[in-house]
Amino acid sequence: MSIERFIEENQRKELLRFSTAGSIDDGKSTLIGRLLHDSKNVCEDQLLAVKRVSREKSSAEKLDLALLTDGLKAEREQGITIDVAYRYFATPARKFIIADTPGHEQYTRNMATGASTANLSIVLVDARNGVLTQTRRHAFIAALLGVPHLVVAVNKMDLAGYSEAAFARIRSDFTDFAAKLSIPDIRFIPISALNGDNVVSRSRNMPWYRGESLLEILENVYIASDHNLIDLRFPVQFVLRPDQRFRGYCGQVASGVIRKGDEIMALPSRKVTRVKSIVTFDGDLECAFPPMSVAVTLEDELDISRGDMLAHPHNVPSAEKHFEAMVVWMDEEAMDLNKPYFIKHTTKLARLRVDEVRYRMNVDSLARIAPAPLALNEIGRVVFTATSPLFIDTYGKNRATGGFILIDPASNHTAAAGIVIDREPPDSLPSRIAGMEPVVASLVHHQSLIRQRERIERWRQKPATIWITGLVGAGKTKIAYALEKKLFDLGAVCMVLDGENVRLGINRELDFSAEGRGENIRRVAEIARLANESGIMTICAFVSPSAAIRAQAAEIVGSARFFEVFAGASAEWCEKRDKTGLYAKARRGEIKNFAGVNAPYDIPASPAIALPVEEISTAEAVNRILTFLRSKGVFPSHA
Amino acid sequence: MDKTGHNVTHLRQLESESIFIMREVVAEFERPVMLYSAGKDSSVMVHLARKAFYPGPIPFPLMHVDTGLKFREMYEFRDRFVKSIGAELIVHRHPQAGTADPFKLGTQKCCAILKTQGLLDAIKAGKYDAAFGGARREEEKSRAKERVFSFRDEFGQWDPKNQRPELWSLYNARLNKNESMRVFPLSNWTELDIWMYIHAEKIPVVPMYFAKERDMVAREGQLIPVDTTVPLRKGEKPQRVMCRFRTLGCYPCTGAIRSTAATVPEIIEEMMTVRVSERSTRVIDHDAEGSMETKKREGYF
Repeated sequence: MSIERFIEENQRKELLRFSTAGSIDDGKSTLIGRLLHDSKNVCEDQLLAVKRVSREKSSAEKLDLALLTDGLKAEREQGITIDVAYRYFATPARKFIIADTPGHEQYTRNMATGASTANLSIVLVDARNGVLTQTRRHAFIAALLGVPHLVVAVNKMDLAGYSEAAFARIRSDFTDFAAKLSIPDIRFIPISALNGDNVVSRSRNMPWYRGESLLEILENVYIASDHNLIDLRFPVQFVLRPDQRFRGYCGQVASGVIRKGDEIMALPSRKVTRVKSIVTFDGDLECAFPPMSVAVTLEDELDISRGDMLAHPHNVPSAEKHFEAMVVWMDEEAMDLNKPYFIKHTTKLARLRVDEVRYRMNVDSLARIAPAPLALNEIGRVVFTATSPLFIDTYGKNRATGGFILIDPASNHTAAAGIVIDREPPDSLPSRIAGMEPVVASLVHHQSLIRQRERIERWRQKPATIWITGLVGAGKTKIAYALEKKLFDLGAVCMVLDGENVRLGINRELDFSAEGRGENIRRVAEIARLANESGIMTICAFVSPSAAIRAQAAEIVGSARFFEVFAGASAEWCEKRDKTGLYAKARRGEIKNFAGVNAPYDIPASPAIALPVEEISTAEAVNRILTFLRSKGVFPSHA
Repeated sequence: MDKTGHNVTHLRQLESESIFIMREVVAEFERPVMLYSAGKDSSVMVHLARKAFYPGPIPFPLMHVDTGLKFREMYEFRDRFVKSIGAELIVHRHPQAGTADPFKLGTQKCCAILKTQGLLDAIKAGKYDAAFGGARREEEKSRAKERVFSFRDEFGQWDPKNQRPELWSLYNARLNKNESMRVFPLSNWTELDIWMYIHAEKIPVVPMYFAKERDMVAREGQLIPVDTTVPLRKGEKPQRVMCRFRTLGCYPCTGAIRSTAATVPEIIEEMMTVRVSERSTRVIDHDAEGSMETKKREGYF
């Protein structure tokens, strides 16, 4: 072959990234050494160095191919691989990047790291030991990180007498386990890395195996459809402004295709404009696609900065502050629910709060275990709230916009990797009011020309929010409207906000997800605050089951004028009086997170008024509240 | 090409990844600097930096940690190349550069003082929080585990057992005061990729990479050039040899290979037939088993 033709062909080669995992002594390093050696990617001097060390160690007469890959001194001393190592080799068909990941139990994080960019994973199994705990762990992590192809290499077949039965048993065990994982393509291959059986060329020792050799699989597996070319996601990485005339948004196309002239929407502003040009050093392009790094200029000058995203207006990612993810904990320091971690997602860095660990995974049995803050190498399902919206897709749909890392704000360690998952019905997400910060920081709070004192004099009342909390069926709404009537008759100005009337109007687009319920309460509290500021009393009747959410509502309204009224009754009593059928539905599991049935209700620790509603009438309840308001000088006000 | 026609060749994938890495650094760090050695990897790295920030200039300086022991042709090339692209070059020389005698110090000590210490001093003096290096993981065993964003403590030290995991292309750039980051945008490139890219992009490199007749002396299995200040040892006789340099370091430590490859395609052709690894002509890598790792822990690139 002429060198010109070689160069031309070389430039057309495909790239396959694969990861390898195996337990100690499964022969992973030997396998990689064998792949490099037999595909003639090892240089003579490296081989000589290996021969020299092989002799020094005098472990065996044979060339120790594992020495080609076991890089660090410390590893050689311990005889194990301890960190992800990257190897490079090429055949006439393809170029390969190997992420060689240690299989030692405490290094789950390394396997996840290697798998995060892999098209394919090789999991090694010792033919004599069969499918072990760690084999299951490796397969689970590969599946979790969305590796589309999995090759189970049953190694040391020479020591198992090249037995077809031994191979078949492992295949059957593994298949049983893998049925619970979603891996689109699993292949099995019997090999001996030590002797080279079925590694590069097919083995004569196992005529019963009629499949491809390992290298043949690596060269032929179909990977062309790995990139998502449908959903345009262009995370803005850097705004390039070398002078006044040029403003380019630099970034790598994460998915989809961006074309000159396309109508695009900038997130989070949701402003729409068109692509003016796609600029590169080598000239402007008509279109760009993954994984190209380009600079995009737009027809209109929009306020766009790093961490924003460009997408097509009809196909935008969801902008979420509140989301769920599968998380692999990677730091020695365990998860701390009170720590404000950083999240890095695409090119965006934000603060984030851990809401709840929903469960942890036992990756050996795939069973869910009791929730607890995740420790090193633990995997669990976690609910988060970020301080600003992230532009996310589920990981299954888009690896680039579904993956993120968490950074410990104190140590700066990469604490965890996360994968955004399809949500369960949103009403099962745990509830807390999400972000409290306004989206635009520069907003000004304008002052009214009327002083609060003047309002108090005019209405003969101090503004206050009477927040009635309690279980469904405790009579909150009934008390609220009876109180309003009584106050009205006495000459007060007040209004009622209850769960149903706000959801019929101002909050009608909100669902019963945690975010929806949090937002419902936030808006009610904001309305109460606005009413109070204009001198009007509000009476709010909401279940508001958690102490945290009530505290946040009090914070919004202003705690000095926020009076918590607890309509105290047992769930049994409430259920008996229930005419809505909600309790029955909750008992049947049709409604999740129903306080008093399948979700907790935090009894107020120190309410302004506790009403024993099982024992007193509505009129009596109203009387007690009026007495309280009088004693506090709220109504009538002591002028 | 796949059916949609939206396929990117291997080299363009590497190029795009390197550009992405450089832009991440400029977006996340306050004072980045690019270490420039005048070698072929440096040429490629600088070329990629021009692409990353086009149509703007390279938004950080290049810095040459000069041992004073480089070849004359390298200095000439460096000054010409940097000028031609309009980049800013900082040359940092350790105070002992020029006076330290590499032949008396021995290779290990010489490197520790002039290169490693020189580099650490230069980073500290410039208050740089991120330094790009042209190292590739394929070059040497201990580099196979190096991160793209490689964290260094306040003493510039590397701890191979305590590296930040790197998933997807999400690089953790967070630092505390006085800590720094070494960033390797060419991590995933191989020597063949480098030459293929130099060929495709017509990137200028130091002429020493190309074969011609040079005055050389054979010493301890290495071909050492005598056209500089290398003192001849007893019994050594210079000879005219058709040769070229596969890697370029300091002259006392850089060996040439016998070769007739005088163009980039010829170099590629030679690489495909000669099966000796790239750094075999670097004396320092072979001092002791694991010696590159030892140097890296101390802050060498």
